[in-house]
Amino acid sequence: MSDTKNNWPLWEVFIRSKQGLGHKHVGSLHASDAEMAIGNARDVYTRRQEGVSIWVVPSESISASSPKDSEALFDPANDKVYRHPTFFVLPDEVNHM
Amino acid sequence: MNKSQHKQALLRLGDDALILGQRLGEWCGHAPALEEDIALTNIALDLIGQTQSYLSLAGSLHEDDTQTDDQLAFHRIERDFQNLLLVEQPNGDFGDTIVRQFLFDYYALFRAEHIASQVFDIDAAAIAAKAIKEIRYHADHSSKWVIRLGDGTDESHSRVQKSLNKLWKFTGEMFTVDEIDIVGAASGLLPDLDSIKTKWDSAINAVLKDATLKRPEDGWMQKGGRSGIHTESFGFLLAEMQSLPRAYPDATW
Repeated sequence: MSDTKNNWPLWEVFIRSKQGLGHKHVGSLHASDAEMAIGNARDVYTRRQEGVSIWVVPSESISASSPKDSEALFDPANDKVYRHPTFFVLPDEVNHM
Repeated sequence: MNKSQHKQALLRLGDDALILGQRLGEWCGHAPALEEDIALTNIALDLIGQTQSYLSLAGSLHEDDTQTDDQLAFHRIERDFQNLLLVEQPNGDFGDTIVRQFLFDYYALFRAEHIASQVFDIDAAAIAAKAIKEIRYHADHSSKWVIRLGDGTDESHSRVQKSLNKLWKFTGEMFTVDEIDIVGAASGLLPDLDSIKTKWDSAINAVLKDATLKRPEDGWMQKGGRSGIHTESFGFLLAEMQSLPRAYPDATW
C-alpha cells in the first residue's frame, strides 16, 4: 500500500442514502481489511441514518484523471451545446421534461 | 417476584450497560486509530442509551416516588451498584478492552434475546428488542477484533491471550445464580443462566478457535458485583462519572 507500514490501507467509502438512489462517494478511512472497512464506514459515515448500503473500495484501486489533462478532457465540450437534448420541440402533452 | 426484586433485576441490566459504557467512553480521543475511536464511543453511546431505558424503568418501580435514570446513575453510592465485576475492569490495553467487550457481548446478547421474548415486563421486552440489534453489532465488532488480534502477529496473539487469561476469572459471575436470578427466572423476566451459559460457551469457543486462542481453564472465579462488592478501580470510575452531577445537581447542557 502507498501508506507507511504502520498505517492501515486507505479505503474510499460510498453510501447509498436510500433505496433506488446510487451509491455516492462520502469520504475515506483506514482499515486493515474490507470487513473492517465496512464496520468503520458504518461507524464513521452512517451514525445519523445517512445510509442503507455501503461500498468500500481500496483507494489504490481507483484510477483518477489528472488535473493537468483537464483542458484536453473537458474544455472541448464547452462550445457543443447541441449535445444537450434541448433543441427538440416537445408536444404540449409532454410536461415537466 | 416482588416489586423490589423486579427493580433490582432491572438495575442489574442498567448497571452492566452503564459501567461498560462509561469505561468505553474513557477511550474517547485515545483509541489506537480514529476509526476505532469512533467505533468504541458509538458502542459506549449504545450502552448509555440502554442504560437510560432500563434505569428509567427501574426508577418507576421505586417504593415511595419515582426515581429518574439520572438519580440512579449519578446519586447512588458504590455499594448500590450491581453491575458485573467484568464490566468495571479498567480498559488496560486495547486487547484487554476488546476481550472484556467480547466476553460481555455474547452474555448480553443471549440475555437480551430472552428478555425480548418474555411477557412478564413488556417495557423491558421492548427495550431489549431494540438493544438486540445494537448488541449484535457489538458482538460482531469485538469478535472480529479478537480474531484479528489472536490470529494476527506473534505480539498481538500473545497479548490478547494474556488479556483473556487475566479477565477469565470474571466470567463466572455472569452465570452465578442468586436470589434475584431465581425469582427473576421464575417470573419469566430473567433467563435461566444455565441455558445462557450453554449458548455463551459455544459462541465464545467458536470465535476463540478462529482466533487460535486457548480458552483458559475455569478456575477460581471472582464475584461480588451483583451484591455491591466491587473491585478497587470502581470507586475511581464512579468518582469521575458522578463528580459533575454531584457538584452541580441541576446542571443541564
